[in-house]
Amino acid sequence: MAKRAGMEVAMAVAEAVGQCNIDMAAVYPITPQSHIAEHLSELIADGKVDAEFVTVESEHSAMSAVIGASGTGARVYTATSSQGLMLMHELLPIASAMRLPIVMGIANRAVSGPLNILNDHSDIMPQRDSGWISIFVENGQEAIDLSIQAFKIAEHKDVLLPVCINIDGFQLTHMVEPVEFPEQELVDKFLPPREPYATLHPGKPVTMGAFAMSDYYPEMMKAKNEAIKNSKKTILAVWEEWAKIFGRAYKPVETYKAEGAEILLLTMGSMGETAEVAIDELRAQGKSVGLVKLRLWRPFPFEELKEAVKEAKKLIVIDRAVSFGGPGGPVFSEIKSALYHEEARPMICNYIIGLGGRDVAVTDFTGMITRVLREDSKKIADTCEFWGVRER
Amino acid sequence: MIEVRWHGRGGQGAVTSVELLAVAAISAGKYAQGFPSFGPERRGAPVAAFSRIDDKKIKVRSGIYQPDVVVVLDSSLVGMVNVTEGLKPNGILIVNTPKSPEEMKKELNFSGTTATVDATGIARKEMGVPIANTTMIGALLKMIGIMDLDAMKESVEHRFGRIAQKNLTAMKRAYEEIKISN
Amino acid sequence: MTKKKGPDTWQEITTGCVVFQPGSASEYHTGSWRAQRPVWNNQKCIKCGICYIFCPEGCIQQSEDGFFQANMDYCKGCGICAHECWPRAIAMTEEG
Ligand code: SF4
Ligand code: SF4
Repeated sequence: MAKRAGMEVAMAVAEAVGQCNIDMAAVYPITPQSHIAEHLSELIADGKVDAEFVTVESEHSAMSAVIGASGTGARVYTATSSQGLMLMHELLPIASAMRLPIVMGIANRAVSGPLNILNDHSDIMPQRDSGWISIFVENGQEAIDLSIQAFKIAEHKDVLLPVCINIDGFQLTHMVEPVEFPEQELVDKFLPPREPYATLHPGKPVTMGAFAMSDYYPEMMKAKNEAIKNSKKTILAVWEEWAKIFGRAYKPVETYKAEGAEILLLTMGSMGETAEVAIDELRAQGKSVGLVKLRLWRPFPFEELKEAVKEAKKLIVIDRAVSFGGPGGPVFSEIKSALYHEEARPMICNYIIGLGGRDVAVTDFTGMITRVLREDSKKIADTCEFWGVRER
Repeated sequence: MIEVRWHGRGGQGAVTSVELLAVAAISAGKYAQGFPSFGPERRGAPVAAFSRIDDKKIKVRSGIYQPDVVVVLDSSLVGMVNVTEGLKPNGILIVNTPKSPEEMKKELNFSGTTATVDATGIARKEMGVPIANTTMIGALLKMIGIMDLDAMKESVEHRFGRIAQKNLTAMKRAYEEIKISN
Repeated sequence: MTKKKGPDTWQEITTGCVVFQPGSASEYHTGSWRAQRPVWNNQKCIKCGICYIFCPEGCIQQSEDGFFQANMDYCKGCGICAHECWPRAIAMTEEG
C-alpha cells in the first residue's frame, strides 16, 4: 500500500526524487527551494539514495554540473528558485539544444528588485523560450507525482528534453499537508534505468555541443521546436500510464465545473484549489462559472485549451507575473493569441495577482468574477488590471 | 474545518507545533495543513504560524484571517501583537500564562471562550527548558477535541526521539491543567 | 578546404546535434586560413616546447631530433608560437 503521510512539500519532493534512482544531483540552496536541497543531500549522505551530490558554488555551476553529468548518461536532478533560475538562464537553452533529459524543480519565487523571497511566477516566465518542458503543480501530491513522471518524460526516446516542474514557493514548498508516496517497486517498474542515446565516454568518443553557424543553426532550432511540440504525445502517454498504475490522472488543461459555464477563470499553479473554493461558492449562488487550470505551459496545449474554453462567453485569465510594457501577463498573451483564429471565442480579460507573495484569497476570485459578471463584455474585453493594488 | 493561528517568537517553535499537529492529524486519517507566516525567520521576533484541520480535503491555500482558535505561546506578546485580531466572536483564545482566563479576558477585552495554562512552568518542570510549544499542543487539543492526545505520540516520537516522552508528559499536563472561562 | 558533409534538412540533424564520428574535426583544414607561416630557426631553438604548448590548433609536433615543426594542414598562421618563443627562433613570413 502506498504510504499516506503528513510532510512538508519541499521535503516530499526530495523524497520523491530519491525514489527515482538518480545518479547525481547538483543543487545550490536558495529560499524557498532550500528544503529540497537540504533533504536530498541528507538522503544521499545517509546512504538512503545511492547518488552523487555535487556541492557547487552557484546555480550556474549547478546547471553546468548536471549538463555534464547528464552527458555521461547519468540520471540527474537539480532545483532552484528566482535569482538562482535567472543565473542558470544562460545554460537552459544549451541543455535543451543538447537534448539532455535533466529534471529541475523550481520553487517559484518573485525576482528582484525589490528583493523579495515570496511566491509568484516571475522567475519561470523569462525562461519560457528556453526549450524546456514546463509543467505546473497545484498541491503536494502533484509535486511528488510530477517530479517522478518528469524523468520518464525527459528520458523518453521521442522526447529527450529537459523538464522543469514548477512548485509555488512557500504556498507549496513550506506547507505540511497529506501526501502519498508511490510504492518503490511500482516506481522502479514505471521508471526503468535511463537508456542514453549517446554518452560522453572515452571508449566511444562523440562530440556534444558542437559549433553551428548560419549553415546549420536554423535547422537545429527547427528540430528543437519540433521535438518539444512532439513531446506532448509522450507526456499524454506517460500520464495515461501513471493513471493506470497509481490511479491519479493528469491532463494538460484541467477543468473544474467548467462545462457549460458562461464565465471561466483560468489559473496556473497552487492558486487552482483556492479558486475551486470560489467557484463552489458562486455555483451555490446559482452563477454559471467554472475553472480552467493550465498545467502544461510548454509545450503549450493549444487543442486542449481551445476545447476547454470554447463554450464560455467570458474568460478571466489570472497571471502571477507581469510582461512589462506588453499586453498584460504572460499567460494572458499566450491564451489570447491561441484563440485569435477561433470563430467562437470568449471575451477575455486579465488580472495580475499574488505578486511578491501577496496572499491570494477566495474573496479575490469571487470579487473578480462578480465584477466581470456585472460588466458588459465590451468594457471588460482586453482589460488588464493589477488586482488589489493600492491606488490613489 | 478548524483554523488555528499560533503566535510566538522566532525560536519558540510555533512552526514545529503546526508541523507536529498536521502530521499527527494526517496520521489519524484527517486532512490538515501546517504552515509558517511566510518570510525570513528572525530569532526573537514575533512570528505566526497556522494550522487547518478538517475531515475532508482542504483546498484553500490563502492565509488565515478569521481563525477559530488563537494560541499564544508567549504571553509577553499580548499587548505587543493584536493576538485576537480576526478571531471569530465564538472562537477560542488559549494563552500560555500563569494568569487566570478571566484576567486574560479583561486584559484583552475579549469576551469569547478563553483558556490559560502555565505551559512555560510545566515545560520547565518536565523538560527542564522554558519552551512551551509542544506543551501548548496539549492545551489546544483539550479545547478543540478533534483527536486524542495519543494521536500526537507518533509524530512527537519521530521528531524528538529520546526526549519525546518528556514532551508528551508536558502535553498531557497542559491538557489536564488548563483553566477555562466560557 | 574540405567539402561540407553535414545534413541537408532539419530531419537529418542528429538529436542534440551530437557528432558520432570521433576526430571529425581533423577533416576541417584550418590551414586554409593562413596568410603567414611560422618558420623555425633551429639554431636559436632551445627545445623548450613553449611553442608546442601554446599553439591553439595543437598542430606543432616534436621531431626525432627534438626540434619542433607545424603541420601546415592545420597551422592557421596566428603567430602565437612566434610571439611566445622567447629565444625568437620562430619568424612569421608572408604566404605566397
Ligand atoms: S618556443 Fe622557440 S625555443 Fe622553445 S621549442 Fe619552440 S621554437 Fe624552440
Ligand atoms: S602560427 Fe599559430 S597555428 Fe601555426 S603553428 Fe604557430 S601557433 Fe600554431
